[in-house]
Amino acid sequence: MITPRIRIPKKAKKGEVIEIKTLISHPMETGHRRDVGGQLIPRHIIHTFTCSYNGAEVFRADWHPAVAANPYLSFYTLATESGRLRFEWVDDDGSVYMAEAEITVE
Amino acid sequence: VNGDGTSGARGQHVGVLALVVAVATAWAGIGLLLAGEPIRYIVDGRRSGYTYLSEENQRLQDDDFANPGLLWVEKGQELWRQAEGATGGSCMSCHGDATESMRGVRTRYPRFDSRRGKLINLEQQINRCRAEHMQAGPYSDESEALLALTAFVGFQSRGMPINVSIDGPAQPFFEAGRAFFFRRRGQLDLACLHCHDQYAGQRLRGDVISQGQINGFPIYRLTWQTLGSAHRMFAWCNTSVRAEPYASGSEEYVNLELYLAWRGRGLPVETPAIRR
Repeated sequence: MITPRIRIPKKAKKGEVIEIKTLISHPMETGHRRDVGGQLIPRHIIHTFTCSYNGAEVFRADWHPAVAANPYLSFYTLATESGRLRFEWVDDDGSVYMAEAEITVE
Repeated sequence: VNGDGTSGARGQHVGVLALVVAVATAWAGIGLLLAGEPIRYIVDGRRSGYTYLSEENQRLQDDDFANPGLLWVEKGQELWRQAEGATGGSCMSCHGDATESMRGVRTRYPRFDSRRGKLINLEQQINRCRAEHMQAGPYSDESEALLALTAFVGFQSRGMPINVSIDGPAQPFFEAGRAFFFRRRGQLDLACLHCHDQYAGQRLRGDVISQGQINGFPIYRLTWQTLGSAHRMFAWCNTSVRAEPYASGSEEYVNLELYLAWRGRGLPVETPAIRR
């Protein structure tokens, strides 16, 4: 069960810097650990995170095995216009987890 | 604004007073719950693990968005409503709104159960409800589902003081739990008492030893990077003194859980707490 959580302000003034917080449940298995039988546990992480604002990419991050499980990320962007923010987390296994949030800019 | 021209000055006084109170409470180990009610993390010398956390980790616990334990609480909320088993019921079919029916429940567990003739903890109570009322199979110990539902139920008592019953039929089990706490074990020949009572607050290598209070369980433990039960923590501790751990849900650990709950009586439920 992968569950993303998003927090953005519902409203903002045009030109305001807004903080966006994200959290997603994920094991972020590094690929360096071994199980009790000595076998390497295969790497399983989210390797890319992107955020687009009305279709335009405003933030992107490449993640690596050292990122902790259940990664929390907060970043800032400029409130330019009302619309929709779209968040995507891309998993090693090819899955893409998505979330969306609306913002009203006055 | 009062018309007597004193509101400004009074406002200043209130401001200064508020600041003094804030500083004093922070110093006395009293924090603020998000609802605005004060939480006492130190009760008569009994210190929640919260007071041993760094400021950053305390903030992580206090922030209901950033605290990863809330991911399990959310999952638990879904499971609460999810119908399963032969009767087609869910937790909600019997218990309704958890914010009301489950409020305070976590503070009373483990408790004596007359039908079993021994103690029952919250995890076991959940599995018994599933068996008897839903005719669904039990969740396995430390499974994501059991942790999620336990966290969700515990979350409804957040901030309420731990208040278990240790007299009457629970007494022999309480005594057994206490004996466990005082008994030396493992190759290091240590009892719980030695670290978590006699040396609590002192350093063990890079870390400060806590009192070993269990008011925040299930906890999101940074070492584990996941949620874990009190029994998982007991097993971790036992292994650390190179003793053979007991199984999650074993009678030894449920008895110990009752003793520790009593030992931390009055401490607030912090489920899901952040711990190192």
